[in-house]
Amino acid sequence: MFSLLRSMWLTFLHAFHKRDTIQYPEQKAILPTRWRGRIVLSRDPDGGERCVACNLCAAACPVDCISLQATEDEHGRRYPEFFRINFSRCIFCGYCEDACPTYAIQLVPDFEMGEYNRQNLVYEKKDLLINGQGKYHGYNYYKVAGMAIGGKDKGEAENERPPVDVKSLIP
Amino acid sequence: MATIYIDNTPFEVPTGKNLLETCLTLGQDLPYFCWHPAMGSIGACRQCAVKVYKDENDTKGKLFMSCMEQVRDGMRISIVDPEAKEFRAHVIGWLMTNHPHDCAVCDEGGACHLQDMTVMTGHNYRNYTFDKRTYINQYLGPFLNHEMNRCIQCYRCVRYYKDYAGGKDLDVFAAHNHLYFGRAEDGVLESEFSGNLAEVCPTGVFTDKTLKQHYTRKWDLTMAASVCHHCSLGCNITAGERYGTLRNITNRYNGEVNGYFLCDRGRFGYEHVNSVSRIRKSLVRSNLPEATDKYTALQAAVQLMRQGRVIGIGSPRASLESNFMLKTLVGEDNFHHGVSDAEHDLTELSLKILRESDARTPSLREVEKADAVFILGEDLTNTAPMLALAVRQAVRQEPLLEQVSEAKIPVWQDAAVRELVQSEKGPLFIAVPTATKLDELATQTYFAAPDAIARLGFAVANIIYPESPGVRGLKNNDLHLAQQIADALMKAKNPVIISGTSSGHEAIVKAAANITNALVAKEKSAGIVLTLPTSNSMGLAMLGGHRLQSAFEAVENGYADTVIIVENDLYRHASEGAVTNFLKSCKKVIVLDYLHSQTTEHADVLLAAGAFSEADGTLINNEGRAQRFYQVYPTIEDIQESWRWLGELGTIVAHDQISWWHGYDDILSAIVKEHPEMKGIEMVTPPSDFRIAGQKIPREPHRFSGRTAMRANINVSEQKPAEDPDSPLSYTMEGYRGQPPSSMIPFFWAPGWNSNQSVNKYQQEVGGHLKGGDPGIRLLEPDTSYEVSFSAAVPEKFMPMDGHLFILPLHHIFGSEELSAQSASIQERIPEPYIAINTDDALRMKLYEGQLMPFAIDGQLYQLPVKLSPTIASGTAGLPVGLPGVKFAELPAWAILNRELQWKPQHQTTF
Repeated sequence: MFSLLRSMWLTFLHAFHKRDTIQYPEQKAILPTRWRGRIVLSRDPDGGERCVACNLCAAACPVDCISLQATEDEHGRRYPEFFRINFSRCIFCGYCEDACPTYAIQLVPDFEMGEYNRQNLVYEKKDLLINGQGKYHGYNYYKVAGMAIGGKDKGEAENERPPVDVKSLIP
Repeated sequence: MATIYIDNTPFEVPTGKNLLETCLTLGQDLPYFCWHPAMGSIGACRQCAVKVYKDENDTKGKLFMSCMEQVRDGMRISIVDPEAKEFRAHVIGWLMTNHPHDCAVCDEGGACHLQDMTVMTGHNYRNYTFDKRTYINQYLGPFLNHEMNRCIQCYRCVRYYKDYAGGKDLDVFAAHNHLYFGRAEDGVLESEFSGNLAEVCPTGVFTDKTLKQHYTRKWDLTMAASVCHHCSLGCNITAGERYGTLRNITNRYNGEVNGYFLCDRGRFGYEHVNSVSRIRKSLVRSNLPEATDKYTALQAAVQLMRQGRVIGIGSPRASLESNFMLKTLVGEDNFHHGVSDAEHDLTELSLKILRESDARTPSLREVEKADAVFILGEDLTNTAPMLALAVRQAVRQEPLLEQVSEAKIPVWQDAAVRELVQSEKGPLFIAVPTATKLDELATQTYFAAPDAIARLGFAVANIIYPESPGVRGLKNNDLHLAQQIADALMKAKNPVIISGTSSGHEAIVKAAANITNALVAKEKSAGIVLTLPTSNSMGLAMLGGHRLQSAFEAVENGYADTVIIVENDLYRHASEGAVTNFLKSCKKVIVLDYLHSQTTEHADVLLAAGAFSEADGTLINNEGRAQRFYQVYPTIEDIQESWRWLGELGTIVAHDQISWWHGYDDILSAIVKEHPEMKGIEMVTPPSDFRIAGQKIPREPHRFSGRTAMRANINVSEQKPAEDPDSPLSYTMEGYRGQPPSSMIPFFWAPGWNSNQSVNKYQQEVGGHLKGGDPGIRLLEPDTSYEVSFSAAVPEKFMPMDGHLFILPLHHIFGSEELSAQSASIQERIPEPYIAINTDDALRMKLYEGQLMPFAIDGQLYQLPVKLSPTIASGTAGLPVGLPGVKFAELPAWAILNRELQWKPQHQTTF
């Protein structure tokens, strides 16, 4: 009898507690920054596409829902010609983000992707590419890679010596 | 055999090999860079260190470079010894100090030997904190991309390019840690075998430039075993596809045929499959619009077949199955070879020689082991490039056998061997109309008119075996040369005579056969290699059929009025006038092809056939080796193999044989039933119901990505994967993961070995045959039941004619072959048409270099710029064959020179 009354009392007290339930969608949930939600493609600090179309995200994807094709601009900078994620297959595991050598692909705290038509869950590059660096600031892959691209010639990357003079014998 | 102990486990291994290849043969993982099975050891990279112990009591041991150490009986070594492991990790750490942070944008990534070896040694983090060295790259032509930053200085590229392939323009420059591997200045790499650098280089310094234009990682390719269609040697290739287009060709090791290498025509000629002139839809000319679906096209074709009297024209570039199907459909009497009559006769002659000769026709590997070579009338570098590469190795045989074995140096000790041999070369004699790239290796060269070459050949045969017919009126010099050649051939253990059809001259081939027969009569183990014009010339000849001329006559005489042409541009095999006349006099023309050509313009019904990567089939190469090529990727319904189109036509018209054939295997058994000589082709590959553990063999690696996204833009609901009824291969990544039978290996991969170097794991011993035997079945073996017969067709001395030039066919590796000439990268290397004239003749005729010279062959007018040649015989001239803009003429032939010839510029259609 006592336990019954105690339970009722405790339940009654909950009426005065702070609410855990929020009035979604009028009120939005505050998600941790490392929440694995919608996938975006980010840009480097110079505004260039970070994705270099290396295919590692696609290879890491356990459900194979990423497909892309690499291409190059006239200066040799590689970028994806198309980049497609089939979110109707995506399990938001974040392996693609782990695999990405350039911080291009990132999972962001957004889960509001519901669609009535499944076809609309197929995201192309125009749907994925954002105008910012996302979670990881300051990294610019091409500034540390050895490839020459437009605006960065051989030997101009970080921690690089100027190109070797093949005709010199000086040590 | 010797017993060695690796980490205290005893192994029985053959002696004479080095430790590294022995360990790899035993399946051990030992990292290496500078060593290559085809090029031997130089001990430059220090990566393959192992511990070697004096005896079982020795616990300390010493570090040895395993590639430089010969196997000894009772040897004790350790691969896993901590000191050896640490040493290897350090070495790779040093190699990586300057390696750029490029893997993500590097074409080698995912198939990179350096990546594999780095992971294998466990080197994870770069400890070197200083700046990285950089280099300026070079432009190396349309085939290869240069990215010098990635170099680890293993020297493989120059060792391959200079020492193995005989190239001149790639070298190592500068000194100490500034070594630069490249050309003296930017420019196109001259070697015809430069593409192999992409595979020889353990990292991404040299990569395939054509792949870069539609880059795909190796793990993302759908791959299948295929056979090169660009010459008669039948090199084995792996073709890779992604998103419906062919992406690259890589070497598929075949110990008997191409080994580790391919020529550039074979490696980069694949782009014709993606070319704009592909036929992707069947056309019915009477319909509007012409492009139509499969069933309408089939109906239209059947209607034409029912209305007319049908003959068929096959093709030397179509598979055996397609030709056989056509032959069955139109009947044996109505089946014609779509090749010029001269080519027809020469191919038949070659087949007859190989069938009836006591001499064996050696495979490419056996040619490499020949210790004396005599080439008659063939410019191998341009007609059968990989054979030229084999000859380059053959000239090293005699010094290897004599000096090196005497000095007790193992042949894999590459640096020591080359130091000892220097520029010494074995006997190689070349008798050709004009200079070739192999001349630099030759003991003697002989530039002359074809008749003179044949006469020299007959004379050699006569000297070796006096019962073979002699040559009258030979000059002293020539007689002396013939004697020298005969002596060299008689002295050799494995002499090989090489000739072929490219000269278009029967007497040369007959002379080559005579020499071989003479050597055999003297009980030498001689070999004869005859190159043929096209990939399946041999298969077509073995099928039998009538000449092209008789097809023309059949229509002219009203015997037939409808023609089915399978994968053949007749304008490349007969004169323009004759073909146009023929096609116009045919009431209806049905063409099956995959590239638009002048012939397809005349087609009333054009059926879209599958190119080599979209078809299954068998090719028979010049040594009579039947080899299967597999379809690489599923095609849309409208494109299918020619034999499938013809089979469907046959089924609709209720052909009494074809209606009973269901699928690929039935065609093979029908071929064997019809042609007992081809017994064995049904066993070239396992039948289509072959399974391992109940599973198919996947064409895609297990890391294949994007399955659920590739076609999601079309429809988010995934389609059922296409099925392959013709082979035990699946178009997916599911299936048996072990090693498939050697004839159907879709790609080489082993755990920890992602690059093509994983082929080690597929070989019985490193550099030897594939496990389960090398792919392909030889249909022609020496037959001793025929009596040795010597041809007596010794030609007369060549006499120049005033006002005329004897036009000889000249071949070009890039441009002379029909399919590869449609490839964008190859097109950049195709030379401009020209006419090569002897320098003295030109002086006499007051012609200068570059001047346009009008002439006529068989009524066909030409006007081409003159190219002076000091080597071509006086009274003859060389016309490049098959180049875009050079019309067909049956060569060799006399040309009438007419300086006043009225030349009206004509509109030329090139495709």
